[in-house]
Amino acid sequence: MAEVATQTAHQDGHHDHEEPSFWSKYVFSTDHKIIGFQYLFTGLAMAIIGGFFSYVFRMQLAFPGSSVPFYGVVSPAAYNMLITNHGTIMIFWVAMPVLIAALGNFLIPLMIGCDDMVFPKLNRLSYQIFLLSTIVLIASFFVPQGGFGGAWTSYTPLSAKAEYNGTPFGAPLWLLAVTLEIVAFLIGGINFITTTMNARAKGMKLYDIPMVVWMIVIASILFMASVGPLVAGAVMLFFDQVLGTSFFDPAAGGDPVLWQHLFWFFGHPEVYVVLLPAMGVVAEIMCTFARKKLFGYKMILYSSVGLGILSFFVWAHHQFISGVDPRAAYLFTTTTLLISIPVAIMLFAFIATLWGGSIKFNTPMLFAMAFLGEFLIGGVTGIWLGSSGVDVYLHDTYFVLAHFHYTFVPIAVIAVFAAIYYWFPKMFGRMMNDTWGKIHFWGTIIPFNGIFLPLFVLGASGQHRRIYNFQNFPDLASENFQDLRIFATGSLIVLILFQIPFFVNFIVSLKRGEKASRNPWKSNTLEWVAPSPPPHGNFGDELPVVYRGPYEYSVEDREEDYWPQNQPPQAAARS
Amino acid sequence: MLEKLVPRGSTYAADIDLLFDVITYLVGFWFILVFGFFLYCLFRFRRKAGVKAQYITGETHKQKMAIEVPHYLILGCDVVILIMTFFVWHKVKIDMPTPDEEVRIVAQQWAWSFYHAGQDGILGTEDDIATVNELHIKAGTQYKFHLEATDVMHSFSVPIFRLKQDAIPGRIIYGHFNALDTVIGEWDIQCAEMCGYMHGGMGARLFVETPEQHAEWIAANTPDHLKTASIAATTTQESKEDAKNG
Repeated sequence: MAEVATQTAHQDGHHDHEEPSFWSKYVFSTDHKIIGFQYLFTGLAMAIIGGFFSYVFRMQLAFPGSSVPFYGVVSPAAYNMLITNHGTIMIFWVAMPVLIAALGNFLIPLMIGCDDMVFPKLNRLSYQIFLLSTIVLIASFFVPQGGFGGAWTSYTPLSAKAEYNGTPFGAPLWLLAVTLEIVAFLIGGINFITTTMNARAKGMKLYDIPMVVWMIVIASILFMASVGPLVAGAVMLFFDQVLGTSFFDPAAGGDPVLWQHLFWFFGHPEVYVVLLPAMGVVAEIMCTFARKKLFGYKMILYSSVGLGILSFFVWAHHQFISGVDPRAAYLFTTTTLLISIPVAIMLFAFIATLWGGSIKFNTPMLFAMAFLGEFLIGGVTGIWLGSSGVDVYLHDTYFVLAHFHYTFVPIAVIAVFAAIYYWFPKMFGRMMNDTWGKIHFWGTIIPFNGIFLPLFVLGASGQHRRIYNFQNFPDLASENFQDLRIFATGSLIVLILFQIPFFVNFIVSLKRGEKASRNPWKSNTLEWVAPSPPPHGNFGDELPVVYRGPYEYSVEDREEDYWPQNQPPQAAARS
Repeated sequence: MLEKLVPRGSTYAADIDLLFDVITYLVGFWFILVFGFFLYCLFRFRRKAGVKAQYITGETHKQKMAIEVPHYLILGCDVVILIMTFFVWHKVKIDMPTPDEEVRIVAQQWAWSFYHAGQDGILGTEDDIATVNELHIKAGTQYKFHLEATDVMHSFSVPIFRLKQDAIPGRIIYGHFNALDTVIGEWDIQCAEMCGYMHGGMGARLFVETPEQHAEWIAANTPDHLKTASIAATTTQESKEDAKNG
């Protein structure tokens, strides 16, 4: 298969000689790197929209009823639409495209030492469908009666009937967009798995595959195995919305709870679909900047597989109080608490990797370490919620909201920044400014905790989610609570302002950053063998050959503290 | 810890709070240990000139045990949490104590209707008292509730009871609560499941009353022709006394 891929690239290579136009080079490209950038930039653009939405509804919560600068007065319908699409965008249009699609596309062929994906045209199709889904989603905000506001979980029968949700056009378009997005990732996932299994460089055994590639592959398998029921559910829901069927309408014999099962059977593995690539990113960065071999490579790998399998048996912990037989909670509490074991093994192994290291705290490493610290908070707060007895109280409160933001923000924001700062030199051939990176780092991490720590307190005080104005509830209307809400909103604004240095740094570095060498971080994996930025076909005429695992840092009796995967053993004898 | 934020208002609230506390102590212990070790590593192994990193694979038996042993301990903590959870869950959601009173709760977009049993204490009779967004209950009385929804999913959430239950159209879901007399007064009921446009305004008030207050409220809301003699007599007497005192 590697040969097939090579041939494809060579054929494409011939086209290159004909001076490709802007369109064929950047828009209709089959080059995995360009497709990765398309996903990256679409994801970042959507992150700006999702972030703006959060600014608007946090302002409404802090100062209910007042006019929000750059938006205006937030009506209840607008509030519902904003929170719904904030969640939808951040999960399906930021975390997924950036962590899986952008990094998967950019990194997999480079890190396993081949010249492109095995199905480059499918890859292009994947992005095109994704782009279409993005357009459909954005269009859904502007249709008459506004965008869908039934929460990102889209529970039926609210989402199934326009008479209930009030958005006859917004709801079906939202659903269509999500379904198209899923199709795009199914196609992408096939590519990632097939490429990794078949197109690895000569000599690269399964245990020589860098952790981030493994994680993206496992995530793709999880995604593909879990998403089927959701797609079936989405089609049924679409029929309910548009054709008037009654799959989820109890009045006509349907079952409204069925949707929750289909959704969460996908929805919970989805958490791990985005978590695993983020952990992979952190593993790569951590090993490079601690100059350490990854502690227990196989242990981490098997834990993540175990985590993936277990994640199929926990979905109903989202439904403890949703009217399913209460006895089911015994089973799902057990599986949910068991999942703490593989996650803890992975986190412990990561922290153990730091032991005996020589840690350099530059921007990517700071973000990677912040991921570990913040995700730890997100992970442990899940224990309260996994226990059905406490969940009776905490379910659907801000405690849940703070908990999953402590998992998703480290995943979709912190790890993504780590990845961008780390691979920027390879992506664009220039270095980002480290000082501005550090300013951006502290300006992101401190306000992030400022937003969500108060929300744990509010949640434990019985404040529920998805409520546009807490003044409607006398027990929640106290001044102390309002101060916490204002503090959280203020922190969010600080966090948003501190993203400006990032975007300026990004854009300025593209043009004027210091030129990057092939391997500026002295890292072992194969992407650093290619030129920065790698040309179409990545490695030139000769693909690299692999002699060892990806994390041979600080090997005893070697002068250099790194040992690239492709360096022949003879070279070691010479040095 | 929760009781400092929201008073305990039901017989099972203390069990849920205790479980919350146990989890807080167990998780807190591990969190501080792991987070502290993490920070210690970051500090101790920061890059210093001339110090090379060590080569540790994490694949030897001893190194693997360093990861494995804490996990048996964590598993032990999980088991403790699980067993406690099972007891609490059984008490709150599975067990159904013999009710003294029943109340029917109907959720719809965007209001709560409550059907109180009235003076005969039997639900579904002529003297039931129907209210909108006001639930009146007697402290120290075991209630069984019938929860229904007419249109979409809602969720009946009473923070002081530590109680939450989704309402599902087409089904009747039963549950129970018994209010403590330490929370006599007025409290929030919230809808905790996204239910459309006015979800954010779908609140109701819970009135936890002493038996005397509750009897008065029932009397005040029962039409005269439905009042049974004894109750009518007591109320007249009470109102006479009130008049005297006033």
